[in-house]
Amino acid sequence: MIPNEAKKRLIQIVGAENYDDTKAGRLVYSYDATPQFQSLPDAVIAPRNTQEVAEIAKICNEYRIPIVPRGSGTNLCAGTCPVEGGIVLLFKHMNRILEIDEENLTATVQPGVITLDLMKAVEGKGLFYPPDPGSMKISTIGGNISENSGGLRGLKYGVTRDYVLGLEVVLANGDVIRTGGKLAKDVAGYDLTRLFVGSEGTLGIVTEATLKLIPMPETKQTMLALYQDLEAAARSVSKIIANQIIPATLEFLDQPTLEVVEDYARIGLPTDVKAVLLIEQDGPKEVVERDMKKMADICRSEQAVSVELARSEEEAEALRTARRAALSALARLKPTTILEDATVPRSEIAKMVKAINEIAAKYQLKICTFGHAGDGNLHPTCPTDARNREEMERVEKAFEEIFAKAIELGGTITGEHGVGAMKAPYLEWKLGPAGIAAMKAIKQALDPNNIMNPGKVFAKSTRKRVVVTR
Amino acid sequence: MTSKTDQALIQKAFQERMDEDELMNCMRCGFCLPSCPTYIESGQQEAQSPRGRIALMKAVVDGLIEPDEEVERSLSLCLGCRACEQVCPSGVRYGHLLEEARDIIAQHKRMPLHVRLVRKFVFAGLFPHQERMRKAASFLGWYQRSGLQTLVRKTGLLRLLPASFRQMERVLPDVPTAKELKNRPHRLNPDGSAKKRVAFFTGCLMDTMFMTTNDATMRLLQLAGCEVIIPPSQGCCGALHGHGGEKELAKELAKRNIAAFEQLDVEYIVTNAGGCGAFLLEYDHLLKDDPEWRDRAAAFAAKIKDISEVLVELGFHQLSLRVAPQTVTYQDSCHLRNVMRTAAAPRRLLQAIEGVEFREMKDADRCCGSAGIYNLVEPEMSMQILDYKMEMAKQTRATTIVTANPGCLLQMKLGIERAGLTESVRAVHLVDLLLEAAEGAQAARGEERIRQTS
Repeated sequence: MIPNEAKKRLIQIVGAENYDDTKAGRLVYSYDATPQFQSLPDAVIAPRNTQEVAEIAKICNEYRIPIVPRGSGTNLCAGTCPVEGGIVLLFKHMNRILEIDEENLTATVQPGVITLDLMKAVEGKGLFYPPDPGSMKISTIGGNISENSGGLRGLKYGVTRDYVLGLEVVLANGDVIRTGGKLAKDVAGYDLTRLFVGSEGTLGIVTEATLKLIPMPETKQTMLALYQDLEAAARSVSKIIANQIIPATLEFLDQPTLEVVEDYARIGLPTDVKAVLLIEQDGPKEVVERDMKKMADICRSEQAVSVELARSEEEAEALRTARRAALSALARLKPTTILEDATVPRSEIAKMVKAINEIAAKYQLKICTFGHAGDGNLHPTCPTDARNREEMERVEKAFEEIFAKAIELGGTITGEHGVGAMKAPYLEWKLGPAGIAAMKAIKQALDPNNIMNPGKVFAKSTRKRVVVTR
Repeated sequence: MTSKTDQALIQKAFQERMDEDELMNCMRCGFCLPSCPTYIESGQQEAQSPRGRIALMKAVVDGLIEPDEEVERSLSLCLGCRACEQVCPSGVRYGHLLEEARDIIAQHKRMPLHVRLVRKFVFAGLFPHQERMRKAASFLGWYQRSGLQTLVRKTGLLRLLPASFRQMERVLPDVPTAKELKNRPHRLNPDGSAKKRVAFFTGCLMDTMFMTTNDATMRLLQLAGCEVIIPPSQGCCGALHGHGGEKELAKELAKRNIAAFEQLDVEYIVTNAGGCGAFLLEYDHLLKDDPEWRDRAAAFAAKIKDISEVLVELGFHQLSLRVAPQTVTYQDSCHLRNVMRTAAAPRRLLQAIEGVEFREMKDADRCCGSAGIYNLVEPEMSMQILDYKMEMAKQTRATTIVTANPGCLLQMKLGIERAGLTESVRAVHLVDLLLEAAEGAQAARGEERIRQTS
């Protein structure tokens, strides 16, 4: 609950129209795209500038009110679910592209800018902002930074982290700091920029970001390779990389995923094969042609039943759109869709795919697998029904085994979605007690009262099963 | 204000009637947000998005919140344009959820006496009765022609009405006289040999206020080589009822229409209004719980086709079509596009007309804000959406804005008036422009013959 005194002061800062504590107003910010989580905030506040954010932080720090910064609520680790109540901070007013600097190849933006809007704005100037999360049509840059979002181009271009040059951050005590800047090189002290990227709103609130842009690649080609054998597809991935080709995109979809994606997109995807690879290369024309030919040869040598180039950009875009919709399309199968994010070194992709299938069989579950095969980031996804308690328990056990397997293969529990509340119980598997202690020390130093997105990243007890709250 | 007892009744009905599976199918990915006009125009308020509205409906079912004023507000501010369904990867049928929720609220909410009387008059007393629609229209025609309209406008009497009604009064089409408002023929022969036998759904508003557009539609069907059957016992489609929380009345109307058409040996039932067509197309959903009518409704729905699709199928766009040179843009009817899935055919027809320079406007697929009677009950949001639409239309420099639904057509006329473009821009229904083009080509051929013989 927010004390009356605090409420009065908060309203003074943002105005009554930007402070909402009606029941319906709170309910619609009680969730994000993570199926099992829902909890009501005490109020929803939309500040108009950094100064207001800083003052809000001060008040919340004084009264120990949790703050959950939220973009469009598309994240998949319950990172924007207010699990301990408090206020949800919206960035709908802070959504301007402040500058596109063509001389330094940077863009400076407010956190509420929609990712696709930024991409389009820089494309208009012949520039390229590569991070492209599946939700880019609606996700915000602030959210991308806080979750360190990946995407289809992660293999060649890296993830959001690799494009953040500088940040303006409001700390829990209301201090405003600036990290980095338009510089290519900067080794003055600790790299705070990297610390805040991917910190999931637990260390501070990003209120402005300077992003790196690169020149738009000259050309791009897209192809689809079809397989009747799952593991042959996975082997092709390792072989492509081993042949020293880094494609822009190397995506994997298995048959159940293909079926639902086609059901949604209706673009003529094959549904009678066991797996497909969606492959893209961009760059100078001759390099693209050479790489595409080499990759097609590799796929064929690994028993691809067909390898086909997209005939037009339209066709290629349809393929990419279909792939981006895979997660939500899987929700057609059953009412609850549990999507995971296990990642392994790419040489282990085939082993991981095999293990996922065995684990699914063991627990009598349908687990569909798709993901960014090129960077080892898989999304085993289980369509289930939260109302079926018995099946939900099997799902949880299966995913525990999948995470354990990923770690055994040298991987991690999340490659791009973040820890949030969803993976918090498993973080220690990856980091060990000393690793957790180091992270907690940083958290304690920056947010001693634990008001910044509490309940995320660190679990209250380890190895606690995910709790379904309906 | 809905009282606590009303809220409790509404909540109970939600729990009994809302489709829980459909509510759960929304996995909250947020892909619908960028396509939702009210989400965008409200400055990104989650409660004004499909995801937010589904969350609210589900929360009422789950007992997490009461159907309070904010919930009602959120549901009533939805345009029902169904653009969100097109982009929903999970395939949630949002429109059905909304319809059910609105019906529950309307049926359980105690409304003030005057609202109840108006609703009863419009939903039960007027729309289902075509002869009354004709009388109302002929009264409107008399009002327009008798000089009363001029008098009323001059004396400022209209100022007694809310602004939204005033604006609407200004853009109403010139209605035919009582004499012209005729009983339909039952059958029309094709020009030349018959390629297809089709039935025509005349609608209620379309056959009174927009009678000339209906005449044009049937003429086009004849030109395209159709034998046209027009069963006299058909009536209003019930879309306004269905969307306005009068589902039971909508069901009665649906049954009447199914009975009127099912004995006919026709390939298609042709419509020329996106809103009606989409509602007819979903009669099977409307009657899904009625074992006697379910299959009959499905058979009926399977035959529904928009006039533009029929014309393209019959190669109408290959005929010679000509209008005076003009720049044309097309505003999609939401229900034609999002429910009937017709978007390419109208554009193809327009581009086939000689003299037309077709320019696509940005966000042509975004709702114009008309949405049935939305522009009358939610004027503020409607006008905000319309002003954006007119800005996009202006950018094309079009002199003709084409639509395929009466509500959209009136809204575009209103938009043109609001934007001060009445001198330079007109709004027309697609079929009216097509007939103009077919007759234009004929006239040109006639002139050609005269020149050759003289």
